[in-house]
Amino acid sequence: MKNLADLQAIKEKSQNEMKAHSTRVLVGMATCGIAAGAKPIIEALEEGVKMNNLADVEVSRVGCIGLCQYEPLVEVVKEGEDPVTYVNMDVDKVNKVIEKHLKGGEIVEEYTVSGTALT
Amino acid sequence: MAMKKCSLPFAGTDEQEKALMAIIDKHREIPGALMPVLQQAQEVYGYLPIEVQDIIAREMKVPLSKIYGIVTFYSQFSLNPKGKYKISICLGTACYVKGAGEITKKFQEKLGIESGGVTPDGKFSVEECRCIGACGLAPVIMINDDVYGRLKGTDEEIADILSKY
Amino acid sequence: MSCIQTKSLRNTVFYKKQERVALRNCGYIDPEKIEQYIGVDGYQALGMVLTDGSFTPEKVIEIVKASGLRGRGGGGFSTGMKWHLARTIIPDADQKYVCCNADEGDPGAFMDRSVLEGDPHALIEAMTIAGYAIGANQGYIYLRAEYPLAVKRLEIAIGQAKEYGLLGKNIFESGFDFDLEIRLGAGAFVCGEETALMVSIEGNRGEPNPRPPFPAEKGLFGKPTILNNVETYANIPRIILKGSDWFTTMGTEKSKGTKVFALGGKINNTGLVEIPMGMTLREVVYDVGGGIPNGKKFKAAQTGGPSGGCISDKNIDIEIDYDNLISIGSMMGSGGLIVMDEDNCMVDMAKFFLEFTVEESCGKCTPCRIGTKRLFEMLEKITSGKGEMEDLDEIEQLCRYIKKNSLCGLGQTAPNPVLSMMSNFREEWVSHIKDKKCAAKVCVDLLEYKILADKCVGCSLCKKACPVDAISGEIKQKHVIDQSKCIKCGVCVNTCKKFGAIIKE
Repeated sequence: MKNLADLQAIKEKSQNEMKAHSTRVLVGMATCGIAAGAKPIIEALEEGVKMNNLADVEVSRVGCIGLCQYEPLVEVVKEGEDPVTYVNMDVDKVNKVIEKHLKGGEIVEEYTVSGTALT
Repeated sequence: MAMKKCSLPFAGTDEQEKALMAIIDKHREIPGALMPVLQQAQEVYGYLPIEVQDIIAREMKVPLSKIYGIVTFYSQFSLNPKGKYKISICLGTACYVKGAGEITKKFQEKLGIESGGVTPDGKFSVEECRCIGACGLAPVIMINDDVYGRLKGTDEEIADILSKY
Repeated sequence: MSCIQTKSLRNTVFYKKQERVALRNCGYIDPEKIEQYIGVDGYQALGMVLTDGSFTPEKVIEIVKASGLRGRGGGGFSTGMKWHLARTIIPDADQKYVCCNADEGDPGAFMDRSVLEGDPHALIEAMTIAGYAIGANQGYIYLRAEYPLAVKRLEIAIGQAKEYGLLGKNIFESGFDFDLEIRLGAGAFVCGEETALMVSIEGNRGEPNPRPPFPAEKGLFGKPTILNNVETYANIPRIILKGSDWFTTMGTEKSKGTKVFALGGKINNTGLVEIPMGMTLREVVYDVGGGIPNGKKFKAAQTGGPSGGCISDKNIDIEIDYDNLISIGSMMGSGGLIVMDEDNCMVDMAKFFLEFTVEESCGKCTPCRIGTKRLFEMLEKITSGKGEMEDLDEIEQLCRYIKKNSLCGLGQTAPNPVLSMMSNFREEWVSHIKDKKCAAKVCVDLLEYKILADKCVGCSLCKKACPVDAISGEIKQKHVIDQSKCIKCGVCVNTCKKFGAIIKE
């Protein structure tokens, strides 16, 4: 990268790439998330997306989302909509989310923050 | 950190020494290189015996006393090797009253080492720890992650436990 | 039971009350992909500063000064002023350094870890901008070895930045060179202190040095150096891009911007939050933190870890900022905020913090090395039921002596928890001494385990479990604990869960 124009080009390319998928699935992979079991979860998501040919879905590791009490956290971000925050996840729950939400478009409400004591 | 004399004679291999020299060479021109050199040397040997400190002092032209001062200052550096199986004997109150002191002595006799030391083959190291919260099972010891409770401290019992490893 | 209808964290009170500046990218981008950082305006600030001729180093320093950004490691010194001094005290120094304090030694604090693991490029960009501002071309990040993931992510990020030409020679073809190196800590809390940190990078025991001279004049390797905390740096790219005026719209008059807190202890929503300065402690504990679990009562919140003080219920409406916290005997600290409830003992907590500082004292100066040890022994006297009223005055005197005479911040602040907890909870301390009672039922030596005669059914489970045979009684007869034998391990209470006949008081 040489100059600001180059930087701008990379920025645009990155933004287009982020938009290329209509859905981003974010998995909290800071130390707290990993200690709570996020690694098998992100693997299950990547596997599930591949197996089901969900070309529209991008699975991404992210840093600390902040709600350590409820790790492992998975957020499903669809453009134009509020992100859906799944809490206290495990591999079984994730598989259900892949089936119902990512494939079927139906949010699994009981796994989201609305099922917690968070206000 | 207890300043116990290391009971395991230094058994550094040629390979380890080669690795150490490579680390030192890589850092010769770098200012303040002592810390990274010591950290990487500990990764090679598992601890920092005086023999390794000596090599570093000689090669980096720093007094051994300075290296020793650094190694004893930071809690990450260890002068003593840990065994493959780390025996932690709980000396919390409940365990102590139930004879943990005696049990410590028995382990020391059986393995021929003192607390903080390690057996010549590097298999077992013995150390004391504070309450691990299993007072109902007092006296308690841990070997790596295995917990053994309600010990009687007899010779057969100790031999039996050690034979599992 | 759900209290909210929303399925999104972003709509919760926990999230909405926050203002994420330092944490803006954490939880949003992949920290191991530099393109994603660039996609959210990453490195734009650096690009602007290096290519736009109007952004002289002096102008950059002015912007940081005008923003009001103060050191987020806890000291609260004006960041812009620090950079200005490093630039101007020895303007023609042949070498200057930019350092980052990523040691984060306070137990209970993980703000910096989250930035390093979630948005490492923000730190790299900020340090490069700082280098340009003060005239340094070399930076060091002193990173705690106990954070292996942070080390890994930072190493990846530095590698990527170098690959993209954002670190190294002639960045953005401006003629400005800057390089960054990671130096790992080795398990010494005192190396979070400015001068000790630099001495550690130089390859020595981490023993602090007296100041003056300050690092801006004579720091790392004897050269002018700035040392800032990770969170301080994390704010810089945003301040440069959006301007100092924007930053001043948040916070209080003397404490601009936001602060990241690691909420822990007796609180419902433990986690990492970033709030605007000036939010009250009440809002942090009850709105963002979700209140105290199990219906317990708030007792105190500790800020500043082993260097800080507690904020009791009477000050719960305090607006959190640097000066307000100091005025009540606490301090901002690096951001650890531990909440305590009625089941925590304020003598025991003071002893806990002091035990840590005694262990971590480097030993160089007598007031700290010996003073904190003696102080700890005096607290042990009180928690073991041997305290006398004169001890309270002696403790206070010793605390003030240690604060006044210690060489560095560790010793100067070690007595803070003691002084603060003693003044806010004096009755509790007096009760430990006069009545030999610990109301919170924590100090073991002041407790008695009793079997309630009207609840005991004589099942003998407790007698069998007792490791010291302190319980006597026949089957189906009331059992009794011999207090002279009891070692207060509490095992008997666990065996009597069914009948609840054993209590501690």
